[in-house]
Amino acid sequence: MLESLTGAVELGLLYALMAIGVYITFRILDFPDLTVDASFTTGGAVAAVMISNGGSPLLATICAFGCGLAAGAVTGLLHTKGKVNGLLAGILMMIALYSVNMRIMGKPNISLVNTDTLFTSIEGNTVLYLLVLAIVVIMVKLLLDAFLHTDLGLALRATGDNARMIRSLGANTDTTKIIGVSLSNGLVAVSGAMIAQQSGFADMSMGVGTIVLGLASVIIGEAIFGIRSVVRATLAVILGSIVYRIIVALALRVEFLDTSDLKLITAVIVVGALVIPTVRRSMKQKSVARRRTQELIAAAGSQGGRS
Amino acid sequence: MLDISQVSKLFNPGTPDEKIALMNIQLKLEPGDFVTVIGSNGAGKSTLMNIISGVMKPDIGEVRIGGKAIHHLPEHMRSRWIGRVFQDPMAGTAPTMSIEENLSMAYKRGKARGFGWGANAAKRKLFREQLSRLGIRLEDRMSAKVGLLSGGERQALSLLMATFTQPQILLLDEHTAALDPARAELITDLTEEIVRDMSLTTLMVTHNMEQAIRLGNRLIMMDKGRIILDIPESRKRDLTVPQLLGEFERISGRQLADDRIVLG
Repeated sequence: MLESLTGAVELGLLYALMAIGVYITFRILDFPDLTVDASFTTGGAVAAVMISNGGSPLLATICAFGCGLAAGAVTGLLHTKGKVNGLLAGILMMIALYSVNMRIMGKPNISLVNTDTLFTSIEGNTVLYLLVLAIVVIMVKLLLDAFLHTDLGLALRATGDNARMIRSLGANTDTTKIIGVSLSNGLVAVSGAMIAQQSGFADMSMGVGTIVLGLASVIIGEAIFGIRSVVRATLAVILGSIVYRIIVALALRVEFLDTSDLKLITAVIVVGALVIPTVRRSMKQKSVARRRTQELIAAAGSQGGRS
Repeated sequence: MLDISQVSKLFNPGTPDEKIALMNIQLKLEPGDFVTVIGSNGAGKSTLMNIISGVMKPDIGEVRIGGKAIHHLPEHMRSRWIGRVFQDPMAGTAPTMSIEENLSMAYKRGKARGFGWGANAAKRKLFREQLSRLGIRLEDRMSAKVGLLSGGERQALSLLMATFTQPQILLLDEHTAALDPARAELITDLTEEIVRDMSLTTLMVTHNMEQAIRLGNRLIMMDKGRIILDIPESRKRDLTVPQLLGEFERISGRQLADDRIVLG
């Protein structure tokens, strides 16, 4: 049990950067970007190819980041300059990247077993390992928090919040969107690179469903930990990623569920997390409206309503 | 300061819905002019605002600010000269961001946005001073999200955001129309005060006839994409609402029709 718990925390931290990436597009830019399904694999592929050819794991991870940035920038360009619908732009890039990923890897999967990765030196000590992962993720979070409070970061946030207003204040919303989508995919690719190094292989299908995993983490995190500020929201996303992994680990302990049911479980979690708050909100609104109306009627009545 | 010459704009050209939105508009504002704009539905008032701010581009004609031709520039590149308040109180502010963050974005109007902090101690001090001018105690709620403010408060903040960097042109597009009378009054008073104190060159579209006469030093009336009447300060002082409506009927041959018209 403890082992599956530490395993869940480990995966949660590794996927947290991907979840933060999805948070940037989905929540900040209000742009559901499906590119991540492929750019996650791109990150894993670039890292695996470089490391298996004797490259430095750190350099490989940085290159994965760069490739993710580039992939996101193309999606952003398609959407803003090419005026392609956001969902379609993501899907097109996802398809195109599939071929690119195949070219990068040259074969459907690459093994990193018996190769030095970022984690080789600390893998033996679970506590140290988790601590280092947590510190890396927190540092990325703090950097992102800082960025989102700079002038450029404010413009990026306003782009998703009120694009017309920030344009009237002189920001080019095409540029801010491209920056946001690009940064998002960069983080997703880093996450892919880390997963490839942790699991010891990269394969063509490792990114399938990334967008849904990311959404699950974002939504769970927001529901449990709140989104009062940007600093709070990014923390919520990281914790959401961990909680999601714990939920999955628990679900897999149920007798009749199989590993292949994972995607269904994820979809159910996302649907639940999306639908339940909506239903609760509308029920609450109705009851408040009813109560207020009755109060107002009572108040009017006590003043001696004339007929 | 603002020089609009020969501007025309056609909507849906070449289709059955083709409509002349603006027809050969000539308008010149001197520095410090405060011009009110009235007109019937579809007269082209909002189109004129959109052409000046760059949301739309004219089919023919030129727009110059301080002698510089700007009609070919996109909206975000014109913002350094133009401050604008929209009719919809939701349009001028970002709801999930704080008052301070909204002001920080306005502070950077038309300047390059980089990795400098959006709000620092010096800027906060400036924002606090500016907010206190509004007299609605927003300076005590600088970290509150703008989405929590009332429509009137949001519009007051929008007005401040549009003006405190002293743009060369201020565009007000029926900015009190969506507010209840008491709040509309507050925003009108604030507008008058800010425009006077900063001697901003202002173009204000309004549906309120009394306001159009009382505010500003010049009044123009639009109909069917044209400016049909241009009343200078000397005549405007003694003008009454019935006279103004009479003028409209005399020139256009019909009554002034506007869903939201307020006579005063």
